Amino acid sequence: MDFDFSDDAKALREQARKFLDERSGPKVARTVMDGGDATPLWREVVDLGWPAARVPEAHGGVGMSSEAACVLAEEAGRSLAPVPLIQSLMATEALVLLGTAAQQARWLPGIADGSIVAVTGWAEGGAASPAVAHARVSGGTMRGSKSPVADAAAAHLAVLSATGGNGTQLYLVDLTGPGVAVTPVATLDLVRPHSALTLTDAPADPLGTADGYHDWLDRAAVLSAFEALGTATAAMDMAVAYAKERVAFGQKIGRYQGVKHKCADMFIKLELARGHALHAAWAMEAGAPELRQAAAAARVASLDALAFCAEENVQIHGGIGYTWDSDCQFYYRRNRALVAGLGSRTFWSERLVRSLEQRNAVAA
Amino acid sequence: MDFNDTPEDAAYRAKASAWLAANAGEYRNPPSIPYSREEFVRRSRAWQKAKHAAGYTGITWPKAMGGQGLSPMHSIVFSQEQSRYHVPTSLFDIGLGMCLPTVFTHGQPEAIARYVAPALAGDEVWCQLFSEPAAGSDLAGIRTKAVKDGDDWVIDGQKVWTTNAHLSDFGIIVTRTDPSAPKHKGLTMFIVDMHAPGVEARPLKQMSGGSDFNEVFFTGVRVSDSHRLGAVGDGWKVALTTLMHERLAVGGKPSHAPGYATLMALAATIDTDTGPAMAQRDVRQRIAASYIADEGIKLTQMRALSALAKGEMPGPEQSISKVVVAKTMQDMAAFAMDLSEAGGFVITGADPDLARLQGSYMASAGLRIAGGTDEILRNIIAERVLGLPGDLRPDKDLPFNASVAA
Repeated sequence: MDFDFSDDAKALREQARKFLDERSGPKVARTVMDGGDATPLWREVVDLGWPAARVPEAHGGVGMSSEAACVLAEEAGRSLAPVPLIQSLMATEALVLLGTAAQQARWLPGIADGSIVAVTGWAEGGAASPAVAHARVSGGTMRGSKSPVADAAAAHLAVLSATGGNGTQLYLVDLTGPGVAVTPVATLDLVRPHSALTLTDAPADPLGTADGYHDWLDRAAVLSAFEALGTATAAMDMAVAYAKERVAFGQKIGRYQGVKHKCADMFIKLELARGHALHAAWAMEAGAPELRQAAAAARVASLDALAFCAEENVQIHGGIGYTWDSDCQFYYRRNRALVAGLGSRTFWSERLVRSLEQRNAVAA
Repeated sequence: MDFNDTPEDAAYRAKASAWLAANAGEYRNPPSIPYSREEFVRRSRAWQKAKHAAGYTGITWPKAMGGQGLSPMHSIVFSQEQSRYHVPTSLFDIGLGMCLPTVFTHGQPEAIARYVAPALAGDEVWCQLFSEPAAGSDLAGIRTKAVKDGDDWVIDGQKVWTTNAHLSDFGIIVTRTDPSAPKHKGLTMFIVDMHAPGVEARPLKQMSGGSDFNEVFFTGVRVSDSHRLGAVGDGWKVALTTLMHERLAVGGKPSHAPGYATLMALAATIDTDTGPAMAQRDVRQRIAASYIADEGIKLTQMRALSALAKGEMPGPEQSISKVVVAKTMQDMAAFAMDLSEAGGFVITGADPDLARLQGSYMASAGLRIAGGTDEILRNIIAERVLGLPGDLRPDKDLPFNASVAA
């Protein structure tokens, strides 16, 4: 029984954590929020080979296992890294999973060497769900709008969901090509830039099938779950550190059960989510049929953990946690970005239950 | 990652599985009528004897203690296979899981020689005498005293919530031997004969209607110094050994307790006023939440097994199990009964899933308290895992007899 990451993945995690502890974190996030340029950090991340981690060697990548993407996502989440790494990893998963040889050859080498920044997007504002896109593709071009799309402003390639002749599926859209307008969109996340993409007969290359879209959604959910775990852990660590230091009524506030138990609840939710995320990571790497259910559970559990940790981190800080200058706001806002990034708890809980029903039907 | 057994574990599992199939056949299904007390004891002893003869008891105990000297993984593998059957093990769980390991870790040679083997063979039943009316979560606040008299100690006091005391032959008891010392420093543990003069166990009826636990009165009970566990004044340290064994039992939800699958099965039979229950959003969301908790704990257990399989200690995530399981059980059962409307309130036994959920609703209230309350467990997580400061304890360094509790 071995239910843990491989030694290789753990080594990468340690390397990533050390690098990002130094070069990222809430202070860096604030600098970016205030208008700073994160391009130098992205160059360093590219030089470390992280966007290349999941690109097959044949396309100039490192060809690592999906565990590598999971640990990178978690560390990027933990450090609030203001770079389009997770979007890049999700786009890479789509190409590796669903791309034709030509599509992979066209895009993967550039993703690996950092010359192509790739993002993914499903959202269309409003109360749509990831399952049905209103953007339309016909005759090889896309019409519609995708918003908000994280990190699109600096991107060259977008992997977008749209509905064509075979239902809702993914398409590759060259953001530097015709018919694409990218405009900034204000969101609650003031560090991670989001854009609206307006597609007016933009060339759209079908990537995989409608079923393939759902297979990709599962994998994207696993990566997002690890990002959420990392972000939530940082929020919990911040809360615990404050509880150990802040004094009220003559003692550290961490001594009070109201505060102490809140921190314990953060830990509990995090560890529950971590079990699910590890299980989903296994299913992703093994290509196991359980992935549908495991990915959904990982997403729901990690969103629950992140919301609780981010919200209660503010609470434990009291008034100071509510100020602009406090780092609490980064986790509080990033929580909403992660929900919007792949769809809400409602959608993913429903997806979980549907996969349980289907599993029961098979077993019956 | 690999969820398969190592070849060694797989071989052990195959052997255990075959033995169980050949010997536990009558326990394939739960009893259709609950056992009487006599039958429960008879079957429990018979099952323990059968396992003992086949080498499936004391799996992790040292061979010198009559055990198999195998790894925690072997014990877990056997437990997993055994849990496919509805065998009666609860009579011996506390004794063999907690009491006897304390005896062979801290007991004197004479006591070890006398007590370990019969317990393992299912000839003698043990109980754990810790909690008292004035001291449950605050175990160090106990008042039952032991006073030295020649080569004996005389015990006076009262214990409470003692599971199976009325069926037990022996127990391990924590007593106060020095009331002038601070509370944690004046304790000593002993083995006590539950049939000795002066020991009286009275069953207590639980909220759920059953009587698994007792109050136990000690009036002038004599215990030989040879039955002392650990040094005089070391009772707290010895008690921690007992509690550690409780924690090492990679716990989780009782194997036959209802889970999210039970809720799904029940919901499939119910029509609400807005359509079939399984089509209702709130029902589906609740099923998802129960799955997250149930499977999350199972996956947490697997992380522990993974560590054990590599010869490492399980990580701090293990502390979340009981606190999640108990409340999840209560919430899920409450929801199931809400969904069933009046049917969830009436006891007819007509729907087995509903009956199990009603049972777990009642049991869960106790489970949130027993073996570490929700609040104490959160304290443990906060203090031992996250490093937050301990609660203010005004009596910690006072002589016990100067504190409010005395």
